[in-house]
Amino acid sequence: MSIFINGQKCAGCRKCVEVCPGNLIKIQNGKAVIKREKDCWGCTSCLKECKTGAISFFLGADMGGKGSVLSVDEAGDERKWTVTAPDGTEKTIVVNTKESNKY
Amino acid sequence: MSTGLNVETIKTDVLIIGGGTAGCYAAYVLGHSGKYDVLIAEKANIKRSGCLAAGVNAINAYITEGRVPMDYVDYAKNDAKGIVREDLLLSMSEGLNEVTKVLEDNGLVILKDENGKYVTRGNRNIKINGENIKPILAKMASGQSNVKVLNHINITDYIVQNNEIYGAVGFDVNEKKAYIIKAKTVLAATGGAAGLYRPNNPGFSRHKMWYPPFNTGAGYAMGIRAGAEMTTFEMRFIALRCKDTIAPTGTIAQGVKAKQMNGLGEIYETKYGVATCERVYGTTKENQEGRGPCYLKTDEITKEQEEELYKAYLNMAPSQTLKWLEGGQGPATQNVEIEGTEPYIVGGHTASGYWIDNNRATTVKGLYAAGDVAGGAPQKYVTGAIVEGKIAGQSIEHFLDEENKNDSDKYKISDKDFESEALKYIKKYNIFLENKESLITIEQAEETMQKIMDTYAGGIGSNYQYNETGLNLAKEKLEGLIDVVESLHAGDMDDLLQIYEIKERMTVCFSVIEHLKARKETRWHSFAENMNYPDESDDFNKYINSYSKDGKINVITRELVDAKHKLLFSFDDNNNVHFGGDV
Repeated sequence: MSIFINGQKCAGCRKCVEVCPGNLIKIQNGKAVIKREKDCWGCTSCLKECKTGAISFFLGADMGGKGSVLSVDEAGDERKWTVTAPDGTEKTIVVNTKESNKY
Repeated sequence: MSTGLNVETIKTDVLIIGGGTAGCYAAYVLGHSGKYDVLIAEKANIKRSGCLAAGVNAINAYITEGRVPMDYVDYAKNDAKGIVREDLLLSMSEGLNEVTKVLEDNGLVILKDENGKYVTRGNRNIKINGENIKPILAKMASGQSNVKVLNHINITDYIVQNNEIYGAVGFDVNEKKAYIIKAKTVLAATGGAAGLYRPNNPGFSRHKMWYPPFNTGAGYAMGIRAGAEMTTFEMRFIALRCKDTIAPTGTIAQGVKAKQMNGLGEIYETKYGVATCERVYGTTKENQEGRGPCYLKTDEITKEQEEELYKAYLNMAPSQTLKWLEGGQGPATQNVEIEGTEPYIVGGHTASGYWIDNNRATTVKGLYAAGDVAGGAPQKYVTGAIVEGKIAGQSIEHFLDEENKNDSDKYKISDKDFESEALKYIKKYNIFLENKESLITIEQAEETMQKIMDTYAGGIGSNYQYNETGLNLAKEKLEGLIDVVESLHAGDMDDLLQIYEIKERMTVCFSVIEHLKARKETRWHSFAENMNYPDESDDFNKYINSYSKDGKINVITRELVDAKHKLLFSFDDNNNVHFGGDV
């Protein structure tokens, strides 16, 4: 389990570098890269911080991962989470940040 | 020295080490009153650092209507089979609801009914959207003129002389820079320790664990080395979690009332008891005796409930939702497999940590502790850690008021003496930066430590069981690893951070081993499963405490403190600690 940073989308703004609770992201040649992908905790703080949608999250094969990625978009009070499968099919779940968990 | 680090010296009234849950709230309290300068030194960035990075699913420590704080004390006491500090639990419980209200006033979403009352989940919990709880706390802490935050600074050592603290030393985790921080008081709020034992997913997903893998016991280790008294390290915490993702199970168990079921389809949860340790033990036992794998029986929930679970997990453990969606089978069609985690040392869930008084003062003069690093008060959860941060903040202010009243120069140590002491620690940083590269890597050293603990000190691989012979062997093997760790090469500051994280975990491991040996009974299944002494014994209705002196760990026992008595420390002219109050 770790994150994937799309270098083409990354603006090099350093927001993910700043926020990572494990200090695991650095800027290399103007783009964010993860230092050690095995050391990611999976908290998704960097995904939420990224304004260009460059960072997504995936499960390693040891956790049942098959190559899908989870990404997140924020608009107003809504946070849209999308799971994109390797064949491009998408599943989306919208969470209202002003609404409490039911459970 | 060619690798020599730049050194910056800072002076502050209060140094808070760790800007997590407790640290941020202590800074908020001290900032609010505005009397003293506060510096938060944080290893990462307080916006998302610590336990709350991904969010939290509920407030699990709350006094719901019709209940009183003493009910919470009793609950925590029963769950820990009596080994708690009732005085600490009571003062914590009395503050739970007030800090919850403060969080709400600062933007935390809490579910309310039509009468404007919080909606409860069980007897002690309320429902929230806790995804942004850490940014809220960070904003509360930092938005004050007398609070300064230094992000990306790893504190490694206290400066303590004659049992009094004068500050601490650390380094920048990115730049070649060391920090000497001279402080009148210090609050340890570094959290607990993960990564002592081999984790559930030792391969690619080794950091997919319950507790933050970045909480590596720095506060415990610094306290142990400085001679502070520690308590109950033998009460390890093992969480019962969703398999692989190590996501919470409480949301499913309490939320949709899913029961624990073994591989034969039998509900087993009532067979072993419902204390936190027994829920883990039951699952371990079922697997050990060939009735695994174990599940939470969710296949009867509705699609609507499933949809709500997807959302709830996105707000705290997104990997679980991804696993469900990617696998194409959600909890409504497939039961959720569960497992126990590797053992952690964490004072927010068990009673491990600094031996503190009711003001959250430690046995080192001027040093306070709050949150997961502080012992005696299990089941703190988020709000309990916050209350401890609040009490510590208030006590620190009172301590500084008194010091000022006495007109004593609290910087009793001269700048020159202070710096020469601090430079000893900085010299050690340089040694690691100058060590030659070798075939033994940081990763190998870490895995070796975890393997030793897993095999001989009751990790997952040994079904959490241990005996004295094995514990002695663990100690011997860890001692053999010390030289390996000391000779590791740090190519940059990030390497240096990882080396110090191993060093501090090793220090904690040695103490854990001594504590496990000293409790010659099995009071908490799985948490401390002593195979030499498989039964509970009344002889151990007491605390196992320890302190380090001249590099040796001394184990002592102390009598239980109940809620009617408040333990308060005082220091004589020679800085010897005295236990007073009503005890």
